[in-house]
Amino acid sequence: MADDYPSVDRVMGGPAGWISIAFPTILFLYFLGLLPEIAQGPQVHGIEWVPSLGVNLSVLLDGLSMTFVLLITGIGAAVTLYSARYLGNHPDYPRFVSYLLMFMIGMLGLVLADNLIMLFVFWEITTIASYLLIGFNADNANARRSALQALLVTGTGGLILLAGLIVLGTVAGTFELSQILTMGDMIRAHPWYLAILLLFLAGAFTKSAQVPFHFWLPNAMAAPTPVSAYLHSATMVKAGIFLMARMNPALGGTDAWFWILTLFGGVTAVFASVMAMRQTDIKQVLAYTTLMALGTLTMFIGAGTHYAIMAAMLFLVVHSLYKAALFLMIGIVDHATGTREAAVLGGLSKVMPLTGLAAALAAISMAGIPPMVGFIGKEFMYKAGLGLEGFGAFWVTMMAFAASVMMFAVGGIVALKPFRGDLRPTPKAPHEGPWPMLAGPLVLGALSLIFGLVPGVLGYYLVGPATHAVFGQVLPVELYLWGGINMALILSLLTFLAGWLVYRRHQSIRDRLAAFEARSPIDFDAGWDRLLDGFKAFAAWQTRLIQNGSLQRYMAVMFATFVVMVGGTYLLKGAFQGVPGLSADGVHPVQWTVLGLIVAGAILTVWTHSRMTAIAGMGAAGIGVSLIFIMFSAPDVAITQLLVEVLVVVLVSIVMLRLPYLPRRSKTRFRTGHAVIAGGTGLVTTFLLMSVMATDFDRRLTTFFEVTSYPEAHGRNIVNVILVDFRAMDTFGEIVVVAIAAIAAFALLRGAPRRKPEEES
Amino acid sequence: MELLLALSVGVLVAASVYLMLDRNILRFLFGLALLSNAVNLMIFASGRLTPGAPPLIDAGEYAPTGVVANALPQALVLTAIVIGFGLLAFTLALVYRTFMTLGTVNSDEMRVAEPVDAGKEAGK
Repeated sequence: MADDYPSVDRVMGGPAGWISIAFPTILFLYFLGLLPEIAQGPQVHGIEWVPSLGVNLSVLLDGLSMTFVLLITGIGAAVTLYSARYLGNHPDYPRFVSYLLMFMIGMLGLVLADNLIMLFVFWEITTIASYLLIGFNADNANARRSALQALLVTGTGGLILLAGLIVLGTVAGTFELSQILTMGDMIRAHPWYLAILLLFLAGAFTKSAQVPFHFWLPNAMAAPTPVSAYLHSATMVKAGIFLMARMNPALGGTDAWFWILTLFGGVTAVFASVMAMRQTDIKQVLAYTTLMALGTLTMFIGAGTHYAIMAAMLFLVVHSLYKAALFLMIGIVDHATGTREAAVLGGLSKVMPLTGLAAALAAISMAGIPPMVGFIGKEFMYKAGLGLEGFGAFWVTMMAFAASVMMFAVGGIVALKPFRGDLRPTPKAPHEGPWPMLAGPLVLGALSLIFGLVPGVLGYYLVGPATHAVFGQVLPVELYLWGGINMALILSLLTFLAGWLVYRRHQSIRDRLAAFEARSPIDFDAGWDRLLDGFKAFAAWQTRLIQNGSLQRYMAVMFATFVVMVGGTYLLKGAFQGVPGLSADGVHPVQWTVLGLIVAGAILTVWTHSRMTAIAGMGAAGIGVSLIFIMFSAPDVAITQLLVEVLVVVLVSIVMLRLPYLPRRSKTRFRTGHAVIAGGTGLVTTFLLMSVMATDFDRRLTTFFEVTSYPEAHGRNIVNVILVDFRAMDTFGEIVVVAIAAIAAFALLRGAPRRKPEEES
Repeated sequence: MELLLALSVGVLVAASVYLMLDRNILRFLFGLALLSNAVNLMIFASGRLTPGAPPLIDAGEYAPTGVVANALPQALVLTAIVIGFGLLAFTLALVYRTFMTLGTVNSDEMRVAEPVDAGKEAGK
């Protein structure tokens, strides 16, 4: 646990602690001051960053981003205050705080970005910060595994999201959200709509841990408790929710949107609430109820009616308030008693009355009991669900009902049971938490109550503007505690009844669920391990295939890649037809002879098994090439080629004196695969050269050298002038290369052991 | 002529690739020599073929009179020939030293840096 470290004496975490507390507090107050302005309408500010790519540092501040910003900075202030006491004496506390601030900046950027690419950059910053924070106790193997799992799941989703962002930006012609959100009809009618939607949802569902990508979130509880409260409950996991809400005016309102979101969200909510009942560790219980909340939010954003969006926005705030408070509370309990096991804890209200009060306030809100704001949240969810049509109404209402029943029961498990009854023995003697740790949960709990009593404030400043931003139209939003006797109220009463029954029997339910889980073949976490093992096995397989240590294999892979890539491009672009006008007419017999010499020399080199014949073939081809140079007006090149070719033949022959013979024909076999690769490379090269020669020729550079050669460099041989004057540095570089080759060859040959060559037979 | 030259370059490339795929590094060496010729020819030909008009400026003139061959690829190929020669000479020394030290010209038997067992271990 968090206590096993050499303590460092710091007052509230030292300077790092003060900075970390001041940063979100100041921002919170600043944005709070902007609240009345934003309640009137959104604002967009921006500066250009990479204008050529349409990437701008622009900010979109509307009701939705405002709600998130206040949650991030407000809960951030509570969490940093808490952390300064909770981890302030940890030797790595400054590192912890820098990750936390990095996350905070990333999250703020994410919700404020008006540019999709900016949004993605900040999205990834939150992913990385989450990875670093989950793995904060890096000497714990489980923490490292959980961190990597979270990174891989959300990181993969992030990359898929990037693809979606780019496709959407291409379709819309802009990356600015404030413009894209007005093009909803065009985007929904576009043939790529479904692709965009699925790519976006892959990003949102992994980040917000929807089934079947949920498994990383309970594992992320390996992080220190303030991190769980902040990232993995109140803010980061809601980034996916934010994205769906943000894109609702552009992507929402279609059947695909409705059914994907309500089905995944509903299944996540109910699955998670059942799993929450199964857990014994209260932090794990809270983790699963977070999943449940994320599922519920997804479901209501998918439902898409004005009421549903309003319910989602309200529940977003409600959940962040009570869940952050509960997480911080269980951190205090853990700190004070040394355990988080529900079965062990009891009667704590006698020694930890303030913690118990915070827990009670948050849990009553979670259970949806009046007069807490949680009650209003639940009422509006039922109203929204009942307001839908057809099967959707049944599905959404039922799922919301099931989730609410479980939330009621879980509220009892996490906040009633540990504090009620007789004090039970715990690993440590319990004591009340210090004020910095109590302040956050108490204030958040109190807010749950205050907003319940005066819901109008919440509606006017936050939920109303946020609903406008997400729904796209301005419709009145009024929140109230008492809505008269209606269907929603009856459902609420049924919720309390069912929730109470579940709570009474929760221990036997848990045992039965545990027994069922033991028999169930579906285990997402183990499945993840199998998936990773599969990837590793695949990587090992393809390494063995492509990089097996054999030079032959490397060469074959490289040439085959060339053939497939260049040849494939030719085929796909239909460029083979575009190589006309090159005929064999009018070729002089001398030219035929020279080309014949080259071809014959090349074939001879391949065919022969005698080294001397091979050298002769090589030389013949080289001399043929130099004859081509002479024929087509390149005397200097031809002379050089001839000299070099003679030198090559001489050098190779000398070295052959000490090297073994080629294997005899009987010992070699025709390599069909290699012949295909070689033939393909030759064919592609031929087409490449033919298409180059068939295109129009740009002589500008040549003309420049022709007209400046004499007046500026006083040389009449243009080629020479280029080499020694215009491109003199290149030539100097060439000399250096040859010198290096000579020195390296000398080093290789010096002191080489001598070996007698075998006899030719 | 362009078609035939392109075909010849193709044959040269095919022959050199087949040689370079041989596990006998002497044949690899022959392939390397042929390949540098093929590539030089290709660079030269992509600057277009102009028979009988070397890129020279007649005495008394300030620029070539009439169309002369493209000087630029010629300059490039000149450089490439020399670099190719340097490469080949170095490879030759490397092959020689390799045989003197390891006693083999079979690339599959040169596993000092990457032993076969290590490859299998890494694959697991």
